[in-house]
Amino acid sequence: MYDFDYKRPSTLDEAASLINEDSVLLAGGHTLLPTLKQRLAQPETLVDLSAIDSLRGVCPDGDKLAIGAMTTHAEVANKATIPALASLAGGIGDPQVRNRGTIGGSVANNDPAADYPAAVVGLNAVVNTNKRAISADDFFVDLFETALDEGEIITNVTFPTPDAAAYMKFDNPASRYAIVGVMVAKTSGGVRVAVTGAGPCVFRQSEMEAALSGDFSPRALENINVSADGLNSDIHASAEYRANLIKVLAKRAVAQING
Amino acid sequence: MTTETGIGASVRRKEDKRFIIGKGRYLDDITKPGQTYGYFVRSPHAHAKINNFDATEALNAPGVVAVLTGPDLEADGIGPIICGWGITSKDGTPHKAPAHPALAIGHVRYVGHQVALVVGETLQEAKNAAELVEIDYEELPHVVEVGDALAEGAPQIHADVPGNLSFDWELGDKAAAEQAISNAHHVTRMDLRNNRVIPNAMEPRAALSEYDMGTDEITLYTTSQNPHVHRLVLSAFNGVAPEHKLRVIAPDVGGGFGSKIFIYSEETVCAWATKKLNRPIKWTAERSEAFLSDAHGRDHETHAEMAFDSYGKILGLKVSTKANVGCYLSTFASAVPTYLYGTLLNGQYTMPAIYVEVQAGFTNTAPVDAYRGAGRPEATYVVERMIEIGAREMGIDPGEIRKRNFIAPDAYPYETPVIMTYDSGNYALAMDKAQEAIEYQGFEARKAESAQRGKLRGIGYSSFIEACGIAPSAAVGSLGAGVGLWESAQVRFNPTGSVTVFTGSHSHGQGHETTFAQIISDQLGVPIDQVEISHGDTGKVPFGMGTYGSRSLAVGGSAIVKAVDKIVEKSKKIAAHTLEASVEDIEHAHGVFSVAGTDKKMTMAEIAFSAYVPHNYPADVEPGMDETAFYDPLNFTFPAGTHIAEVEIDPETGTTEILDWVAVDDFGNVINPMIVEGQVHGGLAQGIGQALLENCVYDKESGQLLTGSYMDYCMPRADDLPTFRVQTINTPCTTNPLGVKGCGEAGAIAAPAALMNAITNALGKEIDMPATPEKVWRAAQDL
Ligand SMILES: Cc1cc2nc3c(=O)[nH]c(=O)nc-3n(C[C@H](O)[C@H](O)[C@H](O)COP(=O)(O)OP(=O)(O)OC[C@H]3O[C@@H](n4cnc5c(N)ncnc54)[C@H](O)[C@@H]3O)c2cc1C
Repeated sequence: MYDFDYKRPSTLDEAASLINEDSVLLAGGHTLLPTLKQRLAQPETLVDLSAIDSLRGVCPDGDKLAIGAMTTHAEVANKATIPALASLAGGIGDPQVRNRGTIGGSVANNDPAADYPAAVVGLNAVVNTNKRAISADDFFVDLFETALDEGEIITNVTFPTPDAAAYMKFDNPASRYAIVGVMVAKTSGGVRVAVTGAGPCVFRQSEMEAALSGDFSPRALENINVSADGLNSDIHASAEYRANLIKVLAKRAVAQING
Repeated sequence: MTTETGIGASVRRKEDKRFIIGKGRYLDDITKPGQTYGYFVRSPHAHAKINNFDATEALNAPGVVAVLTGPDLEADGIGPIICGWGITSKDGTPHKAPAHPALAIGHVRYVGHQVALVVGETLQEAKNAAELVEIDYEELPHVVEVGDALAEGAPQIHADVPGNLSFDWELGDKAAAEQAISNAHHVTRMDLRNNRVIPNAMEPRAALSEYDMGTDEITLYTTSQNPHVHRLVLSAFNGVAPEHKLRVIAPDVGGGFGSKIFIYSEETVCAWATKKLNRPIKWTAERSEAFLSDAHGRDHETHAEMAFDSYGKILGLKVSTKANVGCYLSTFASAVPTYLYGTLLNGQYTMPAIYVEVQAGFTNTAPVDAYRGAGRPEATYVVERMIEIGAREMGIDPGEIRKRNFIAPDAYPYETPVIMTYDSGNYALAMDKAQEAIEYQGFEARKAESAQRGKLRGIGYSSFIEACGIAPSAAVGSLGAGVGLWESAQVRFNPTGSVTVFTGSHSHGQGHETTFAQIISDQLGVPIDQVEISHGDTGKVPFGMGTYGSRSLAVGGSAIVKAVDKIVEKSKKIAAHTLEASVEDIEHAHGVFSVAGTDKKMTMAEIAFSAYVPHNYPADVEPGMDETAFYDPLNFTFPAGTHIAEVEIDPETGTTEILDWVAVDDFGNVINPMIVEGQVHGGLAQGIGQALLENCVYDKESGQLLTGSYMDYCMPRADDLPTFRVQTINTPCTTNPLGVKGCGEAGAIAAPAALMNAITNALGKEIDMPATPEKVWRAAQDL
């Protein structure tokens, strides 16, 4: 780790004023600190968001659930009133990770194997920042890339309550990130199927969404041929295997929703 | 009288208090005044020539004390890292072990290869400076798989090792094995891969060296399983200091699994550099350094042929193995795929003819050496997979075929065709108990129930044998070992009756402080809290050979018994004198010395006191009560048993769930059943890890270690494992005074074959380890 300055502002405005091209926001630190320890990044200043109370908490807001960016996975697992979201958060990493890692950090980082992107896209959430509101479909751009501008701070993520939803995850046996994770949701805007882990970035499986809109049953997915093209391939899983898992997990999510 | 703390009692581990309250003293907990920090510059390439090395900028960086290199070591006459076991090839030539300088000279041969030591006032400064060392590497072609390394036209790793072949060794009767195969009713032929694993002890390797100018003595604290062996090698071969001026201390060590037996570059360099710089130097491996540079385990490519008659009796076994030894021969690397492997291919069976040949190949990977089981898991994997597959091919029940082949309980001593003489065993009893425990008869019904849920259920056996209690010095000497493998013990009574036992064994998780104390408590009637076990410091303990190969109790424990015998003999003389009886009339039981047929007696504590305050004392007996014994075992010990695993596979995802695990092990007599059970659990976790989860992968293209962190290298976690159902049977070992066989490696030896037999039974198809979800899914889906 290289030397750096450490700032811990207590307001969002103060945080925003501290951000420049040589500083980095610090949330739970579970991605950022390993990067620093391996000397893969050399920021001059870390701006720790943990003293900004307004960034924390799980707040029901009508038919929506607003989750502050600095809310830990453990808190979401315990308090989120959307069961699929709570169970997704409860399946992230291990207890240490869940008690440090935050939804803001996870979403901003956009790791291709992270769980939250599937929830944000699958449940059609909105990512709110200190500057604007970004819809889920626009937020995740590519591998580790989001629609956030330099220095833009996520304040919270608002999830519309779905009619029903389920998240199925196939763990990487080593890291326990998702080799594939599938969120299936019945929302006011129709059926959504979001896939994480499988590709460079979370994506919607529109063929499945269409099939499930007509017949919301595992059977409806039976004849869908999930292509391995463009999917990730590594020492843990080939693209072909990931394609299989997308279908298996989607069917299981639907089965769970149908009880 | 000492039943609660004596032999056979599940005494709680005395050492656990300090570990649980955070008072264990591991290497990194130790700090010396004026300490500096070492950081190793390592090769980023699999194979390269060093064209230029420039430390100018690094030396000018803040806080830098020194930058030391291979040529510096050479200039000071520090010898290369050695291999301590000579293997002779088929053609009579000795194995080829290219020079292995502790810091690279001219070439680097694997990713992580130690190139230079940067010493800084702080670790941060050492690391900062390490980034400023400029090395001009010229990359050379590399090879990481042993099959590729031994193939025609492979990149040449060492100029003096043609074809990358260290040795081509054989054991057994080739003609007899081939004849058995050609005359057989059935021959099972298989290619088997024993996957490469990374040991991952919880405490990474570390060293702290300190030089005392006044006494000219170097003290090296290091994470060693055998501090005296470290001292011997560092003195005799590396020339770091004369033996009497080098003290090696292995304090609390957080796991070894074999990987801390070896004498590595890092501690060698630290031991040398402390005197050169006249500053203490601490180096603690980061986890990523551990992945790169700890000696790895296993890595065999094997072709095997097992011949059967029509009744399923084994007629012969022929095995041809290519063993990856990494880029240099580590301390015991040559013994592992030879005398710790070929000699166990007889398994628990009567096998009239066995032949094994092993080619050891160098690759551009970390050295490979002993890892929990060392050679014996590889042997068990071959034998137990082959007999299982043979049974499948011949339509014989896998339990039944083993029973038809077991050596009978009255056939001991039993001499195998691969130079081992088994002293005792009862293989059918272990099998019967295991089958009963797992309710083997009900398996088909359970399988049908799983099938109804769309799941594939499988059951698999492993009737393993191992050679432990390593080992009779004359025997290993004749096979090429550079050392003897006896053990030492010193039993010292203090005047007030408490005891300190100095043992040459080293505990790094095994529970010696409890088990060894139980022996003293049992035999000499000393309350267990009055017994202290001291180990790990060459300045305190008599020369000892350390802990590996499940040898501590069978060899080190036996040495304690021998020292106790001397204590008893001396005590009898003192008791006879004091009680005015003849020595022949003194009877001893559990620390009470009585005159036969009378009520006159003395306790051990009274005798010890009189030995230190000899006011009324026999003229021909020395004062003091402090006896040392060295014990050289008469034979290996042969723990054996049957494990049965039951699994359920989800064919849609390829996930394997272990539903049940029964282990029936014959460890001979058991001193502490709780510790034994713990050892079995740990071994099983590692064996299951190898079969299901762990896999060391080097990228063929780049030579980089792809599994260099826990993000990619999968260690087993508690929720990957079932509740183990562990039993022991107890056929005493006939060749050591405690009748014990050793239990530390059994789980790791037995587990891989049992689990792979269960998985392939469920699949109806053979696959190699590790049985990753994708591999299992492909097999289940016929892809
Ligand atoms: C062992 C381990 C296992 C894990 N397993 C999983 C898993 O199974 N599934 C999973 O999804 N994740 C997993 N994670 C990731 C973890 O849960 C966190 O989600 C992740 O580390 C990022 O969150 P953080 O709060 O730690 O962010 P940090 O590491 O603090 O920050 C990450 C990045 O986000 C930026 N950032 C942080 N907050 C904001 C904000 N409010 N606005 C804008 N940018 C911001 C930072 O500047 C930084 O670039 C695992 C992590 C570890 C260490």
